[in-house]
Amino acid sequence: MTETAARSKASGLGHKGPSFLMAVPAVLFFGIFALIPLIGVVVISFMEWNVLGSPTWVGLSNWTAVLFDRPFTWTALSLTLVFVVGSYLFQAPVALLLGVFMAGQQRYRALLAVLYFLPLLFSSVAVGLTFQSLFSPNYGLSAALPFEWLPNDWLANSDLVMWVMIFVVGWCFVPFHGLLYQAGVRQIPASMYEAATIDGAGRLRQFFSITLPQLRYTIITSSTLMLVGSLTYFDLIYVLTGGQPADAVRILPLDMYVTGFASYNLGYASVIAVILVAIGLTLSLLLNVLSGSSKMDSDKAGA
Amino acid sequence: MRRTTRVATAGLGVTSLLALSACGGGDGGGDGGGDAEANAWILTGGGWPAIEEDFNRWNESNEDAQIDVEGIENDSYKGQIRTAVGSGEAPTLIMSWAGGALLEYAEQDAIMDLTGETGDLEERVFESVWQNGQVDGSTYAVPLNDVQPVVMYYNQEVFDEVGLEVPETWAEVEEAIDVFNENDVAPFSLAGGSVWPALMWLQYLTDRHGGEEVFQAVVEGEEGAWDNESILFALETMQDLGENGGYIDTYNSVTADQNEDAQLLADGQAAMLLQGSWVYATINQDFPEFAESGNFGFTSFPTLEDGAGDPSNITGNPANFWSVSADASEEEQQIATDYISENLYNEETVDAMLEAGSLPPLNDIEEEIAETEDAEFLEFSSELVGEANNFQLSWDQAVAPEVAQPLTDNLSQILRGDMTPEEFVEAMNSL
Repeated sequence: MTETAARSKASGLGHKGPSFLMAVPAVLFFGIFALIPLIGVVVISFMEWNVLGSPTWVGLSNWTAVLFDRPFTWTALSLTLVFVVGSYLFQAPVALLLGVFMAGQQRYRALLAVLYFLPLLFSSVAVGLTFQSLFSPNYGLSAALPFEWLPNDWLANSDLVMWVMIFVVGWCFVPFHGLLYQAGVRQIPASMYEAATIDGAGRLRQFFSITLPQLRYTIITSSTLMLVGSLTYFDLIYVLTGGQPADAVRILPLDMYVTGFASYNLGYASVIAVILVAIGLTLSLLLNVLSGSSKMDSDKAGA
Repeated sequence: MRRTTRVATAGLGVTSLLALSACGGGDGGGDGGGDAEANAWILTGGGWPAIEEDFNRWNESNEDAQIDVEGIENDSYKGQIRTAVGSGEAPTLIMSWAGGALLEYAEQDAIMDLTGETGDLEERVFESVWQNGQVDGSTYAVPLNDVQPVVMYYNQEVFDEVGLEVPETWAEVEEAIDVFNENDVAPFSLAGGSVWPALMWLQYLTDRHGGEEVFQAVVEGEEGAWDNESILFALETMQDLGENGGYIDTYNSVTADQNEDAQLLADGQAAMLLQGSWVYATINQDFPEFAESGNFGFTSFPTLEDGAGDPSNITGNPANFWSVSADASEEEQQIATDYISENLYNEETVDAMLEAGSLPPLNDIEEEIAETEDAEFLEFSSELVGEANNFQLSWDQAVAPEVAQPLTDNLSQILRGDMTPEEFVEAMNSL
């Protein structure tokens, strides 16, 4: 990527580089499947519509209602925050350590890798149904294991269910991010570690002084995917909880779905969708700025 | 360079959001134009395979009037059908549970008036079931499958162990709860995690306490109709059952999706279960040992000593109903009405239903019932439905679709003890 950037900088736009025509299909698809629906959602956010019948303009009333008269919006927002931050704090370290381990040369590593990556292969629905059985109080884990302290209402306890969701969603996505880190670690030249070993650096020191800094861009990519991903995460939560217990895990995407397709209030749902788009965009941009994308040119320094 | 990266990441966010906001959309295709092939969406599981076979037989013998059938899972069907009807892309035959949704379809002229197009069906079907498909005296929908009353199932073995009779009155229920608790058996299994099975409790308790007029007022949209002593009584009783060992301890985590509530009854972990008549077939299919042990019993909901409601009242689903889309082409509509008037409840399909232990809502089929393996249950539910003073459609179907979700959400809070009955009433009244 940096090479391309350097070349286009040197040659100027329109010279030698690939023709803009090659981007037409992508731009077209992006327009049809992203921009047009996005505009549609914005339009509907100013309308009252219960799916049946025709929508009517109501001006800003959906917006004021969702933002100010509907206390649940703020509950959903804070639940979303807990979910996003919780997911990140769980997934990021585990994925990083897993990736670093996978990239190593330990015995049985290949076999373990296969096991670790298994969750990647399952569809959310299959995972949801499996965990639903596992969490069943009468026939699942709680019943099978002789530990009295094991909670028996994993999915029904309003205080517990959010952490259960963070765990299950993490379980699904850690392998993917682990894969990213594995690839990232394998890019680090072995000579750096050899030099460090000669200098007498221990494993821990090598990890913090070589591995972690070298993984900088992988961390940024993975973090962006994790944060934006969990901000919009929906399917597994829906399958596992069916949107219940009433509001304990109703993060914004789920709230949007329930409002739109279970309560048939498309106007409100569209407002929530636009809010989600805004947060998602802000988050992505923020991550980019914070991660210092201007310094991205010096990727291979020291290699 | 910097800009492209930003746009790319931003784009990633937007597409995933839109993928989300786009879900739930139906892909119907009712007004296909030239080709005269009607279509219908049915559900998966339960008694629906019998309906699909019925369509297959129809297609075999009606070359020029084909009906394309697609099975959809229950929850996603409810979201899809409304979007499809709203966008004029509905299947030719629109399945509903009657109630609030049917009323809206009729008001929006989304479905055909079928009055006079239903052949001799009206004389064959139970009056109390047929009425559900009518709006202002016109027939907009006809029943298509079995009657689904909610009944009380029990495990006789558990009752024998503690030396109790199956309760017939509420006083006996309270006594049974004490005895079962002393013996570490859950009196009632309940899939509170799915919430809708708990609605059956709310319906029966309200009806037994105050009669059918209480909920009728809600359906008719009377101001403050939820604020009724019978509804409060029902909510209080449910919370009491939850707190004081009436329902199984884990009721909030039990879900009906995988028939866990029925399994608890079959295992003897719970003595009784209030559920729809479809659970009879589930038990026969999934827990044959229990079904054949002779311990699998069924009865009606207990009477409430001082209740104003008629003890013969039942709740449940009178049936599922077919309507014909007003957006379909004339040819497609013709095929659909022909199917309804000529083919519904034909001999083969009725036999298949009876064989599966489900009861078609038809008059004069006592003889056929008596010949089936499940005669005892079918006679019981036939009597239950036939003698009912009132057959209350499940509340989540009876109310306007916009109210159904808040009703489920608030009931979920009641089950968890996160809301008092008064708060529930206030929340429902404010809708």
